[in-house]
Amino acid sequence: MAYEFQFGPVFEYGDLLLRGAGFTLGLTAAGALLGGAIGVAGGVCRAWRIAPLHWLFKVYVEVIRGTPFLVQLMFVFFGLPSLGLHINEWQASLLTTVVNLGAYTTEIVRAGIQETPKGQLEASQALGMGRWAMFRHVVLRPALRKVWPALSSQIVIVMLGTSVVSQIAAEDLTFAANFIQSRNFRAFETYLVVTAMYFALALLLRHVLNWIGRRWVVARRAPPATAPRPAMEGAA
Amino acid sequence: MTFAHARRRTFTRALLATGALAAAMLCSTAHADALASIQKAGVVQVAIPQDFPPFGSLGTDLTLQGYDIDMARLVAQELGVKVELVAVTSTNRVPFLTTGKAHLVISSLGKNAERAKVIDFTQAYAPFPKSVYGPKEMAIKAPADLAGKTIGVTRGSTEDLALTKVAPASATIKRYEDNNATAQSYLTGQVQLVTLGNIVANAVNERTKLRQMDAKFAVEDTPCYIGVAKGEAALLQKLDAIIAKAKADGRLNAMSQRWMKMPLPASL
Repeated sequence: MAYEFQFGPVFEYGDLLLRGAGFTLGLTAAGALLGGAIGVAGGVCRAWRIAPLHWLFKVYVEVIRGTPFLVQLMFVFFGLPSLGLHINEWQASLLTTVVNLGAYTTEIVRAGIQETPKGQLEASQALGMGRWAMFRHVVLRPALRKVWPALSSQIVIVMLGTSVVSQIAAEDLTFAANFIQSRNFRAFETYLVVTAMYFALALLLRHVLNWIGRRWVVARRAPPATAPRPAMEGAA
Repeated sequence: MTFAHARRRTFTRALLATGALAAAMLCSTAHADALASIQKAGVVQVAIPQDFPPFGSLGTDLTLQGYDIDMARLVAQELGVKVELVAVTSTNRVPFLTTGKAHLVISSLGKNAERAKVIDFTQAYAPFPKSVYGPKEMAIKAPADLAGKTIGVTRGSTEDLALTKVAPASATIKRYEDNNATAQSYLTGQVQLVTLGNIVANAVNERTKLRQMDAKFAVEDTPCYIGVAKGEAALLQKLDAIIAKAKADGRLNAMSQRWMKMPLPASL
């Protein structure tokens, strides 16, 4: 059976699609920045076993990684108002994205930091580096360099995962798709267009993250390793 | 003319005659005055729903109750006969009428062209509205009052389309995935108002006291009609008169208040 494609009825809602894509990207960007910050803090606390934060982050990571994003979102949007905490749909989406990404990033950064050889720390102390300089140059940067590909993948996964925020009426790209298809009943064309848009967003995000990685994270190349690298600890 | 040919003609005639007789019998059944036969029998058989609140459902005491049940009793009372309730489902309610298993269908039946080919409809007797709901203290009477308000609705539902059409530009419509999420958005205070089918809203109101939904105005109404077998002019006329009377004396309004928790819409 030949299907007659009609993209006109979809592109009539072009601005809705663009606004949706903008929401998805903005949510991902803000989520990645704030979630990344949580991840670095959590990763350090976990790797260096700073009590009691070490335990708090452990519980946080286990709870978030053991529950679905959609349930976390529903909990924030429909559950928290019962405690008197009213946040609207985009705030709920952002909060959930940050909390979710923060947990995964904590584990990724922890793995990177734990891989830093003790000898490097001792060497930096011997060189008389300050604590902050040591943390920045000897701990964080090499750690991020190691885990950057894993971190990038996680951010892309979260971007695709934000599609569920349409469930709480946040007007992201998936919301736009569902809305358009409920109005023109051109489900095939609508989802085809939106699939292509998500794919384009994912490609764009990956390239931007690669660029950021090259420019800011891997800028100062490490000298070629002569000794075999220690085995990776934990899943990256 | 051969012998075989003649026999075939006789056979054809017999067939035609039988057919005509059958047709005549069918016609006579269809054209019998149903109103007269109901009054003669002293009982009217009414097809009603038994699992579709608030139109018809079994109460906790296992008796049928609902808007359609009340309507069936009202009609029987006006006809001066006893009522015999025949439980039907939404798919078999029209066949019950066309096969003569019920005199009337009072079963939240909506009017459409397909059904109008096989049965006749009276005037509308019940609303089937989708309304805007909100807190009791909020004064909302018409679409214009929605200006600046946030209203939840189920995405892609008929009430979504109707609300989108009438809501002023400054109103914010939040479109949720399903009725449950829409109701939840109101209960948790994420939206100021919601648009829901009255049946859904009443069911929610019955189940939770978190935040009562007070009906403001109907955005859409696809009312219900009594279904009657085709060609029963006398019965149809009588039923229309009964509905008009019940509307005029406020009995339909009382039923609407009781079961739909809202006054009978003026459009009915």
